[in-house]
Parts: sequence; C-alpha cells; structure tokens
Amino acid sequence: MTAAIQTRALRKEYPAPAPRRGRGPGASPMPASQPRPAAARGPIVALDSLDLDVPQGEFFGLLGPNGAGKTTTIGILTTRVRATSGKASVAGADVASDDVRVRQRIGVVPQRPNPDRSLTVIENLEFHAAYFGMALGTAAMRGHELLERLGIGDKANAKVDELSGGQQQRLMIARALIHEPRVLFLDEPTVGLDPQARLALWEILRDLHAQGRTIVMTTHYMEEADQLCDRLAIVDHGRLLACDTPDNLRAQAPGGTLIELILDGDAETVVESAQIVPGTLRVEARNAVLRVYSDRRGEVIPPLIRAAEAKGRTVLNINLSTPSLETLFVSLTGRKLD
Amino acid sequence: MTVTPASALMPASVSDESVDREVSTGAVLGALLRRDLRVARREAPYFLVRTLMQPVLFIVVFGFLLPKMGFVRVGYTSALLPGIIAVSLALSAIQAVALPMVQDFGWTREIEDRLLAPVPTALIATEKVLAGAIQGVISGLIVLPVGRLIMGPIPGLTLENAVAFISITALGALTFSAIGLVLGTAIAPQQIGLMFSIIVAPMLMFGCAYYPWRGLDAIPVMKYAVLVNPLVYVAEGIRATITPDGPHMPILAAAGALVVLAGGFWYAGRRVFLRKAVG
Repeated sequence: MTAAIQTRALRKEYPAPAPRRGRGPGASPMPASQPRPAAARGPIVALDSLDLDVPQGEFFGLLGPNGAGKTTTIGILTTRVRATSGKASVAGADVASDDVRVRQRIGVVPQRPNPDRSLTVIENLEFHAAYFGMALGTAAMRGHELLERLGIGDKANAKVDELSGGQQQRLMIARALIHEPRVLFLDEPTVGLDPQARLALWEILRDLHAQGRTIVMTTHYMEEADQLCDRLAIVDHGRLLACDTPDNLRAQAPGGTLIELILDGDAETVVESAQIVPGTLRVEARNAVLRVYSDRRGEVIPPLIRAAEAKGRTVLNINLSTPSLETLFVSLTGRKLD
Repeated sequence: MTVTPASALMPASVSDESVDREVSTGAVLGALLRRDLRVARREAPYFLVRTLMQPVLFIVVFGFLLPKMGFVRVGYTSALLPGIIAVSLALSAIQAVALPMVQDFGWTREIEDRLLAPVPTALIATEKVLAGAIQGVISGLIVLPVGRLIMGPIPGLTLENAVAFISITALGALTFSAIGLVLGTAIAPQQIGLMFSIIVAPMLMFGCAYYPWRGLDAIPVMKYAVLVNPLVYVAEGIRATITPDGPHMPILAAAGALVVLAGGFWYAGRRVFLRKAVG
C-alpha cells in the first residue's frame, strides 16, 4: 500500500518574538521591518524531528494539547507553512518542491471557519471548485448535492453570515470536498459544535473513510480520536510520543487507577512520603498536582491526604481515572488535553 | 442534520493512481478575477462613493467654484482634469487591493481558500494587482465625463489620443494597484488609518495632480523631489494625452517611468505577499 503521507525529520522553528519595547500595546512589531535583536532567546521549536507514515485510506488522528504542534504539522502538510528542515510528502508529491500538485490532491477544513464572506454559500463552493479547474456546471451540481447531504441545502443562496457556527463548519467541509481530494485534512473540526452536530459530523467522516479517503484529523477530544481513528499519534512539544491503534495505545497505558490530588502549593515536597504509601505504583509531581498511579484504586487516598497534610499541604480536589487513552496521554505528556 | 449515505459525498474510487484533473493557470486566474469583479460589482455603490467622493469634491471646488469666483484662470481646468483622473484611479486601485488584503492577513483569513488553489501562490498576488487595476481604470473613466460635466467646457480637451490615454490609465492603475499590494501586505491592520495620512495624502498633494509638473520650475528642489512620486507620471501622462496643448511631460518618459515603477512595486509586493501567505 502506498503512503498517503510521509514525513521525515520534520522540523519547524519560529523566530522568538522580539522583546516588547516600551511603546504600549498599540505598537505591534512589524516582522517585515524589525530586525531580530542580537541577544534573542532562541527560536521557538514548534516541531522537532517528526516522522509520520500514514498509509492510503487510513483515518489518522493527531492528538495533543494546545501548542503541541498539531496545527503546524497540518500547515506543513497542506503547504501553508514552510518547514525549517526535513521532508514531507502528501499523496505522492513533495510539499516543498511540488506544492501545487499537493494542493490539487488535498482538501482542508480549517480550525476556524474562514468562508469567503463576500460570496453566498453556493458561490463559495462554485468559486472554490473553479480555482481547482472544475467547470461551472459540474461545480454547481456537486455543490448543491454536497450542501443537501450536509443538511444545509436550503442555505445555498444565503449569505455566509446568516449561517450558524455549526453550519459554517459544514460549509467548510463541503468546500474541502468539492474538488474531490484524495487526502482530507481536518484541524479540530468539532470545536465549538454542539453535541448533536458533532455526532452528525462523525457520521460524515466515517462515511468518507468508508469510501477509502485518507483522513488526517487533529483533535484534543480523546473520545473523538478513539471513536474515529484507525491510528493515533500523540504529540507534544513538537515531538511524536506514541503512534499506534487506539487499542494498542490503551494497552500501553500505565496500570492502575490514576489519582490526582490538587494541592494548595508545590506537590514536589509530598512525593517522597507518597511513594511509601502501600498500593502506589508511581508518583509524579507537577506544580500543585500530585499524580499517583495506584493498584488499590481509591484505597490509597486517605493515607495520601495524611501524607500531604503532614508536609503542610491542604488537598483542594481529587480526581480519579481508570486506565485509558486519557491516562496514557497524561503519563506521556505530563498534562491533560484541555 | 442529515446523515449522509456512504455513496453520496464522494465518487467511489479513491486512489493515488487516480488521474489529476488538468488545471490550467489561465483558467484559475480567470476564476480569481471573476470572483473579485463579482464582489466589486456587488459593492460598487460603496466603492464608488469611497473612491470618487474626494475627486468629485475637488472638481466642484477647484474646477467650478474657484473659476466662477475668478480666483483661478479658466485654463486651469485643463491642467486639473487629468490630475483628478489620476487621483481617482490611484485611490481606487490602492484601496481595491490594500483594504481587503489588510483584513485577510489581519484577521479574517478569507483568502485561505484561494491560497489552497493548485497554482503558484504568487499568481494570487498577481491576480489581486490585475483586479485592482481594472477597478482603477473604471474609476478614472468615470471621472472624465463627470469632471467635464461639472467644470463645463475645458480648453484644449481632446479624445483623439484615446488609445494612448487608456494605456497610460492602465499603466497608472497597475502601478497603484501594485502599491496597494505592498501596503496591504506590509502594514498592520491597526495602522491602516496612518497609511492614508502618512503615505497616501502626501502622495496626492505632491503628485502634480492639482498643478502641472512644469509649474514647479519656480521651485527646482521640489520639481526634482516629486519625481519619486508615481502619481506625477500618471497625471503628466494623462495631460499629454487629453490636454496635449498645456504643459506636460513627454508621454514616453511618463510611460517608461510607470513601467519601471509598476514592475518594482509588483516585485516588492509579491515578495511580502509570499512571506505573509506561507508561514
């Protein structure tokens, strides 16, 4: 099977923001004219040596917290962001040297709907199809058909501003599909949708997948990734932490129940005494959060609270979760998704 | 929301071996132009008021009231009308490109659907310049009869050199449309007002629009300093074509300067555009 997407040692650095001069917030720096200061803090690394292989026809999920590098990855794969180094190819074409061909073969649903607001709904589709060389007659027919299928057929002649957020998101999906792309990219497609619209979108995506379309989706909803994706990549700080099927990933989740104690101060001081509580498998501290993996479920909670109080800390809140993608994610990234 | 049957959204076979649709750059350019002109047509009333208000008011005051009062000589209108045409086309070409561009790159990102088109990204910038130039030419052509109507008979006005007139108008509109691309891509959204006060207003005042370049003989420093201003060549070029009896630059000098300026600004605008468009 050929690869729909392949990246090798993909890296993206953004220049560090120039330190603000004392000119008030109105004086926004103009990147074109402002040279970087000599003593700049190093560049911001958004992607660090990312290797991905997505076979044709796969529903692939990119999972990570905000700022993990998901959107940058999509940006590079859709030719909208230039990688600092490394290689990437999409649908058989190199994103850097053959970007026109890549664009011809992909459809993109952006994180925030960006329809052409000067045009009507159907015009959005007709013109987008025309930018891809589709004849007007075919485009209009397909456009109406897509709107109908997506449940906004009656809005064809409406102005874009008359659509709700969810309807605009569906228009974005129609736009991404009108030129029959081989690979579909969706960047957090269900953010801001109500639960019903989200489920409906899932159905649409499942159908597209069943058609053999390669789909790459970023999300920070664990359930969404679990439900839809054949394989998931967990990324954070621009690095690939794990990549496998949801089932295999779940199997890698650390054993035991994850107990999080939110303290009123730094949790580091409590780690040592928590480790000797019988039933604890692993203990981590992150700022005011003490994470304990326990093989005796909640039984360890009272001694943990006592241990914390003995160090002068008060427990403000307690969360329990059973082994899942969520606990794997937390153990890999040290933070929660939202 | 309707749930879609599997066969509906896509044709059945999807594979890497499927053949790419032939996309001709010319056809995409045509579609992009069609889009911009459709939007322009829809917004024509606002656009015309925005770009023609100032020139028309100038025509009323300097081409009608002052001559009536006897403060300026009657012949002044033959120097003024070409200048006003130049100002109108310059304003509308700059605004047609710069204003949407500032919005697009500032917050709406609406241009994204065009940046995903399977054509070289620079083509999108070039198309913006062409669409802006078309709007500039139209504004210039509207002001000519309006000016004539308000000012009354204009000594020496001729349309014998219509082809040369249209050519200079088109070159001038291309130059200012390219300037619009530079400004629209290089300027932060919150500084758009400043752009008009600091760049556009002086350009209009020192662009030999309201007086012929030869008139600056009396102030030699000024006479040569204003040559950096593209508007000078548009105004003088139009004078050479529609009021050739009055003082004006040689048309070839004006046209040559405009070709160089249009090329230079297009190149610069294209560079900034690419930097803004691809992260």
